[in-house]
Amino acid sequence: MLALEIANLKKTYTGGQTALKGISLTVKKGDFFALLGPNGAGKSTLISILTSLTLKDSGTVKICDIDIDKNFAEARRRLGVVPQEFNFNIFEKVAQIVQNQAGYYGIPRRLARERTEMVLRQLELWEKRNVQGRMLSGGMKRRLMIARALVHQPEVLILDEPTAGVDIELRRQMWNFLQQLNCTGTTIILTTHYLEEAEQLCRNIAIINQGEIIANTDKKSLLSMLDTNTLVLELAKPLKKAPVIQNAQSVLSDSQTLELTFSSRIPVSKILYHLETQKISFTGIRNKTNRLEELFVRLTAKRAS
Amino acid sequence: MNDRTNRKAEWIAFYTIIRKEVQRIIRIWSQTLLPSVITTTLYFLIFGNLMGSRVGNLGGFPYSDFIAPGLVMMSIITNSYGNVSSSFFGAKFSRSIEELLVSPVSEHTIILGYMTGGIFRGLMVGILVSSVALFFTNPVVTHPVLAVILTLLVSSLFSLAGLLNALKARNFDDISIIPTFILTPLTYLGGVFYSVHMLPDFWRFVSYANPILYMVSVFRFAFLGASDIPPWPALLLLITLTLALYGVCWFLVRWGKGLRN
Repeated sequence: MLALEIANLKKTYTGGQTALKGISLTVKKGDFFALLGPNGAGKSTLISILTSLTLKDSGTVKICDIDIDKNFAEARRRLGVVPQEFNFNIFEKVAQIVQNQAGYYGIPRRLARERTEMVLRQLELWEKRNVQGRMLSGGMKRRLMIARALVHQPEVLILDEPTAGVDIELRRQMWNFLQQLNCTGTTIILTTHYLEEAEQLCRNIAIINQGEIIANTDKKSLLSMLDTNTLVLELAKPLKKAPVIQNAQSVLSDSQTLELTFSSRIPVSKILYHLETQKISFTGIRNKTNRLEELFVRLTAKRAS
Repeated sequence: MNDRTNRKAEWIAFYTIIRKEVQRIIRIWSQTLLPSVITTTLYFLIFGNLMGSRVGNLGGFPYSDFIAPGLVMMSIITNSYGNVSSSFFGAKFSRSIEELLVSPVSEHTIILGYMTGGIFRGLMVGILVSSVALFFTNPVVTHPVLAVILTLLVSSLFSLAGLLNALKARNFDDISIIPTFILTPLTYLGGVFYSVHMLPDFWRFVSYANPILYMVSVFRFAFLGASDIPPWPALLLLITLTLALYGVCWFLVRWGKGLRN
């Protein structure tokens, strides 16, 4: 069953700028899906159309098999949205903001109060329930928007850059929360600039560039498109010159840091075996770059050229 | 969801919008309720008592009694208009209107919700200003049902006008231009302080093009039992204008004009 089905979606703004050139995309129910793309690629337009804040020129959008043009109310009931920018009334209290949103979705007041308490506790905002929105920190405001989007218990949650401007600790907390939410069956679609975030959280990834989908597959297949891998080793003992390692190109960044570049078809264990045979020991190992980031840059650059 | 559940959901959403609007009006009562009370008290003191005693009777009534219905109507008009234009535009400006736009709430519920908020403020201020009038006038309401119907109609009409203004506005200047340059002059020239029969023929003819004149006159009729203009055609005009404005607002909200990209 599909959580989202987009077919031939087109949008050109009044000024003549084409944001979407006939996008087709599907997201399965229960998926954790990332939509990646550089600034101006069309991500926000796509999300805006899903939430009906932007009107499409043509194409169809189905949310949980419900066409947004035919039954907009039912489609919207299944969707929760966390926009990139804060869009709540800053003079309202935290609990009021969430409770009102429940009301807009037709949830009776008593149930709305219970749900509000539940989501605010989940997102560690219950202590702030009587505080005006403007008094919250940036991270709390972002959590408030997630709480607001979850109060009607949507089947699909869309998050537009949910961790932008959030410190590392809070970002990790939000990742955990979203992973738990996904485990309960909620389909999550997120756009992000933090490619590490997409690599950590998502099972399937689409890359959008200049209004077109240029890649749409599972994370593993996407990463397999990378033909080389670069490992950075922190050496236990300094070396004067780079050792010769079979099947890999080795470069010393400094006397204690060795970079090994090898084909992604060669198992890492084989490279490590060669190091072992040469009695080169190391205290740390990491990928030189975020793999997804490397792929993203390659794909979008190829398209631009 | 079946039709019945959908209707219930719409009612809950409608109640939520009204509750939010009422909370806002009460939270900032010094901006929403108090100013009209102070202004009207001053009008009664200056025009009703100090100058009114020199003016004498107008249309067979003491001057303060003559101006009281117009002052109440003026407060209802400006407050119902101001409530919706500022609240809706504020939500649009802060983008909190998106909370409603992404939800399953229908256009009718959004319009009726904000309109009811405007009516509530119009009624509250109308009651407060009428209470002030009690200290300065001899209270008479000849046609109370007509007074209530007219209050509801006028506040509905101007709430919708405020909504239209907010939908079209792009900045805060846009929502102050119409009240300042159109609504206030029309109200003052709508026979609040004088009878239209006191005007020369030309200006009396021009005054008949001012819709607020009809509202003030009919409201005066409801209170004093006498008016410059027959009440029923004026009521018909009001109903027509309200329905027309509702249609315009519905069209704009339905197609997201001024709200969606």
